[in-house]
Amino acid sequence: MGASSGARTMNAPAEGFKARAHDKLNDAKVQRAMRNFNLAGARARGIADLDNFEDIRTAAAAIRDRSLASLDLWLARFEQEATRRGTKVHWAETHADINRIVIEIARQTGVKKIIKSKSMVSEESHLNDALEAEGFKVVETDLGEYIVQLAGEKPSHIIAPAIHKTRDDVADLFAEHHKTPRKSDIGELTMEARKFLREHFLSGEMGISGGNFIIAETGSLLLVTNEGNGRMTTTLPRVHVAITGIEKVLPTLEDASCILRLLTRSATGQSISNYVTVNTGPKQPGDLDGPEEMHVIIVDAGRTKLLGTDMQEALRCIRCGACMNHCPVYQNIGGHAYGWVYPGPIGSVLTPNYIGIENAVDLPNAATLCNQCGVVCPVKIPLPDLMRKLREKQVDRGLRPWQERLGLKLWAWTAQRPGIYAFATKLAARLGRSIGGADRTIHRLPGNGWTEGRDMPAPKGKTFRELYAERKRS
Amino acid sequence: MSDQKLRVGLFVTCLVDLMRPSIGFSALKLLESAGCDVTVPTSQTCCGQPAYNSGDRAAAQSLARKVVAEFRDCEYVVVPSGSCSGMIRAHYAELLAEFPADRPEVERLSARTYELTDFLVNVAKLDRVPGRFAGNCTYHDSCSGLREMGVKKQPRALLGQVPGLTLNEMATPEYCCGFGGTFAVKYGEISARIADRKCEDIASTGADAVVLGDLGCMLNIEGRLKRRGDRTKVYHVAEVLAGMTDE
Ligand code: SF4
Repeated sequence: MGASSGARTMNAPAEGFKARAHDKLNDAKVQRAMRNFNLAGARARGIADLDNFEDIRTAAAAIRDRSLASLDLWLARFEQEATRRGTKVHWAETHADINRIVIEIARQTGVKKIIKSKSMVSEESHLNDALEAEGFKVVETDLGEYIVQLAGEKPSHIIAPAIHKTRDDVADLFAEHHKTPRKSDIGELTMEARKFLREHFLSGEMGISGGNFIIAETGSLLLVTNEGNGRMTTTLPRVHVAITGIEKVLPTLEDASCILRLLTRSATGQSISNYVTVNTGPKQPGDLDGPEEMHVIIVDAGRTKLLGTDMQEALRCIRCGACMNHCPVYQNIGGHAYGWVYPGPIGSVLTPNYIGIENAVDLPNAATLCNQCGVVCPVKIPLPDLMRKLREKQVDRGLRPWQERLGLKLWAWTAQRPGIYAFATKLAARLGRSIGGADRTIHRLPGNGWTEGRDMPAPKGKTFRELYAERKRS
Repeated sequence: MSDQKLRVGLFVTCLVDLMRPSIGFSALKLLESAGCDVTVPTSQTCCGQPAYNSGDRAAAQSLARKVVAEFRDCEYVVVPSGSCSGMIRAHYAELLAEFPADRPEVERLSARTYELTDFLVNVAKLDRVPGRFAGNCTYHDSCSGLREMGVKKQPRALLGQVPGLTLNEMATPEYCCGFGGTFAVKYGEISARIADRKCEDIASTGADAVVLGDLGCMLNIEGRLKRRGDRTKVYHVAEVLAGMTDE
């Protein structure tokens, strides 16, 4: 962790993108799963009943900007209010700090078994590995996360972690790990998971959750879930630890209610998720249930570096997943190809910012800039613009291959000089025409990715400029 | 239309100039049919988008400033490409932010730059298109035209006037074709896979031709269709409207 400084490391997690994308494109199971994946359709249906969706987007972006503009103040307010209500607030400056703090709490409270509901921030720090290395038993309880954990994999989507798996994959995994007869009906598989997970809920001593938002005015933690596992994880075990990023603070519950209208619709098309849980402090005298201790770990790990820069807008993200659900690249290669915690367009922006631009050179380039992500993002993050800015930073830092830099310079130099440009294009048009041959199609251009998967219609032999001049003369 | 002719500068685009001049001539014919007085500045080359999207800001800036100067005297600038017109209208102001003295001129250019079909429908009010076409077409909404220039109804309105042409819509006409400029070269395998989904959607309409407004996307779609052994034709909307599909 903390890979954000220093030279380019060839084994950095987000390197090797092309090779992974190639593997995923040629993995029949992943391809089958990705073809069935259609949260974009769900969103379209979900927003159809709002006639002021665009107005809410504008309001939500403004709310997020207001949080980010005075982040220090809102976080201080959160700490004050949460502490007043008995929550212990911890600050993790690095990924290593997250793991250290969780392990300390686990040791101090004497827990052995830990259950988790979804937390992407804990993926950033490889928390499960760190806990297991210290001898703790960790069980993921979100169904998708549970599947991914059984398979020994990482989530491939921020809200649908096992989206890369087919029903068949899950049937095999359950039969193998639960030692039960193989089932292939989705309902039966879910019931089986429920039965096994219930045992874990009842025996877990610590529950670790993420946090969709933390609310400054009340010191609360807000969780949005569909399976109820979030509520179980945060109330049944005697210790609850929530992990969330510093950017997730919202000033008021009122703000949260506005954002929620967009979050669930953008994510799954639901007008509201099955559960919205607001946890404000541990069990109080007279409460029937709840944890004896509640901890909130607020994580920086690279986030403050974005504040006040041309990348700050990325911190508005409310992790709905819409940008990846609508991304033609993500839809084809799936989340694992991206190599780090956050896939899709927002991942292509956050990953280089969090782990170092030099460690994720492909990501901002591996996008068509179609802007479908920017159009659907509920908090109006201009994702293609941010990717383009990252490309500029790569050029400024000399991270692009010299052939590409030279090619661009030569081309731009020529395009500045219309006479030379006219001559060069005249030659290129003729050359292309002759390579195209009888079927006027170029089938192979050596060293050019274009012709790996498609032909290139050949130029016609003369440029527009030439033909236009001929026409004027005649 | 008033008797005062609209003075239009045609920005042909570098790709049309090199790869498919018929699109430029189709645009010319359509603008003239609409009663415009068209000039084609001969020093024009490229809007700078390839450099801009590759992160070479300095190169993009020098080309953008060249375009600003070249079209200074044109009342309107019309481009047979959503992507290049989008570059000018949606990105020049940001790209040239380091040149505050250019700002008024850049804003003036952005405000009077149009994608071809948008211009024909909303400014020139073309009421009769010269082309005819016997067959079924489907229209692909290229990303920049759609999302930066608001081009959606305009080409369909014009295609609706072409005698003999029937439009069969795809299930997802707004889905990216996978071109993305240099993306198609750098990430050819991913790009071709995205193009596959487009090709399947085109095939499912049973159309004889797919029509669109951006040559980059045309080359991508046509290249992938050919590689798949699909003989569906690929035309620029200007070629169909002008009746110049066989040039
Ligand atoms: S960037 Fe926008 S669309 Fe993507 S996950 Fe974040 S909030 Fe959702």
